Amino acid sequence: MDGTERPVLEVNGLSLAFGGLKVLNDVSFAVPQGSVTAIIGPNGAGKTSIFNCISGFYRPKAGHILFEGEDIGPFHPPRRAALGLARTFQNIALFRGMTVLDNIKLGRHAHMKTSLLDALCYFGRARREEMELRREVEEKIIDFLEIDHIRNKPVASLSYGLRKRVELARALAMKPKILMLDEPVAGMNREETEDMARFILDVKEEWGVTILMVEHDMGLIMDISDHVVVLNFGQVIAAGKPAEVTANPDVIRAYLGSGDVEALRREFRGEAA
Amino acid sequence: MRIGTAKQTYAADEALFDTNVQRAWMGLFIALCVAFPFMASEYWLYMACLVAIHVISVTGLNIVTGFTGLVSLGQAAFMGVGAYAVAYAETKLGTPALLNLLAAGLLTAAVGALVGIPSLRVKGLYLAIATIASSIILHFIFANWDSVTNGVKGVSVPPARIFGVELGRPFALYFLILPLAFLSVLGAANLFRTRIGRAFIAIRDRDISAEVLGIPLLRYKLMSFALASFYAGVAGGLWAYFFRVVTPESFPFVYSIFFLAAIIVGGMGSILGSILGAVFMTMVPEVLKIGVGVASPLLSDAVAVLSPVRTIVFGILIIGFLVFEPHGLAEIWSRIRRFFHLWPFKT
Repeated sequence: MDGTERPVLEVNGLSLAFGGLKVLNDVSFAVPQGSVTAIIGPNGAGKTSIFNCISGFYRPKAGHILFEGEDIGPFHPPRRAALGLARTFQNIALFRGMTVLDNIKLGRHAHMKTSLLDALCYFGRARREEMELRREVEEKIIDFLEIDHIRNKPVASLSYGLRKRVELARALAMKPKILMLDEPVAGMNREETEDMARFILDVKEEWGVTILMVEHDMGLIMDISDHVVVLNFGQVIAAGKPAEVTANPDVIRAYLGSGDVEALRREFRGEAA
Repeated sequence: MRIGTAKQTYAADEALFDTNVQRAWMGLFIALCVAFPFMASEYWLYMACLVAIHVISVTGLNIVTGFTGLVSLGQAAFMGVGAYAVAYAETKLGTPALLNLLAAGLLTAAVGALVGIPSLRVKGLYLAIATIASSIILHFIFANWDSVTNGVKGVSVPPARIFGVELGRPFALYFLILPLAFLSVLGAANLFRTRIGRAFIAIRDRDISAEVLGIPLLRYKLMSFALASFYAGVAGGLWAYFFRVVTPESFPFVYSIFFLAAIIVGGMGSILGSILGAVFMTMVPEVLKIGVGVASPLLSDAVAVLSPVRTIVFGILIIGFLVFEPHGLAEIWSRIRRFFHLWPFKT
């Protein structure tokens, strides 16, 4: 964590309510530039709601979201995407009617300029942009994520793990500055999880993309994250380095309810090792 | 998997026709289309023109309904807007035919974008009802805006003139309609190789996540409606030049259902499906009619007995498609292609 640099994303006093149900209550945290920041917490703690506020689905009742110092509150989701906020979804949101390649290409939409007339003629700008995109997708993204064997397959025919990877590819095509991953390894076996962890670290290091993720797999979080934010009942109950956070009695109580704190502590240590 | 189709460049891989065999077939097809008017009778030319007009309109409807997932039952009314635009321009303004067709397309696109506004809030059946309502309003305007549409009496349209050549007979019109149909289909095919076509499909498949990926929904939904209406407007304009009289009854609501049936039979979200669907829906009733004609010497009162049978057979064919081939004729076509590519191996 580098304290001198301005965080790429800052959430200040975010509150969200559906009717009388308070989903988020005065949530504040910062995502340092170049870090892997994880948001953890029990089910229903409001993790995905934070993501939805950041990407613009939900309008928070109060609070600000600053992206590179700019308040993105009034921006519509497409504008936020164009700024460099990319995300994946908990229950994979790929486009079933398209091939893997087209799904990935779609990620670049906001950065292209082809107009309707260009598109109908497929001449000049449209053609040039498409070729440039194809080259970049092939050489940087498909090659990097090792999905070249499935590029022409329809998404509907892929396994769960591969779909997650294609979704990551699509997010990378968005030229992200910050990549938000909603449970990137949920439902994956050990091997797939390890692959994904490797990809996430490579994205951070080779692409210089800051990562914000929601995840339940404590092993993965201990391994790859630099900074952890713990959420419970819509409130931040702890934040800090992974080891500090898992030693925090409040966090342990939130996960376990109450009771044998020592046993859980041992479990955390075991998984982290 | 197909073999022997390795490419050296990305451009070659993204081409519409990616093998020489395909290009050869396409060349042969175009040559046949050019030679057709010199071999065919007046009747077949008439049918060819009608099919080509339908191809344009069906391709447009497939863009908005098949690719963007916005059900529209206003395509016939949009064609009416185009037809009246051409009729007005020909009779009152006397502008050149190609310009009239372009203006008809643009005017209809504007109307279509207006009709598409509810699509931001409503989907599926609700949107279908909203477009029906719009088409009823348009019909009311056709029938009552006397100074422009001449009310229920309709407008007679003089034959199209292009560079001083009068295109009166189907033989001459064929050389106007068919190239425009080609351009329309080519434009649509190109569209779905670019970011705009991808955005349409994304909206169809999952509009919420499309938005997070940077696609402004309102703009793209309206764009899709406008483009589909542009196609309908041009098709309607050609229709006006072809039939030479435009009345409010020329574009009944059932005509919209005809177009919807064409994209379902042909294949939703498939360019080839638009063509096959238009051909099928236009030609099958005719073929059945010819079948009745062939059978008439054999049966004493064939026409009386078989005419209703013809309608029923047509209906059953459509139901059959819905049940047995929901992806339409385009899927059957690709299955046949696959068979020949892989022969002598299976699948």
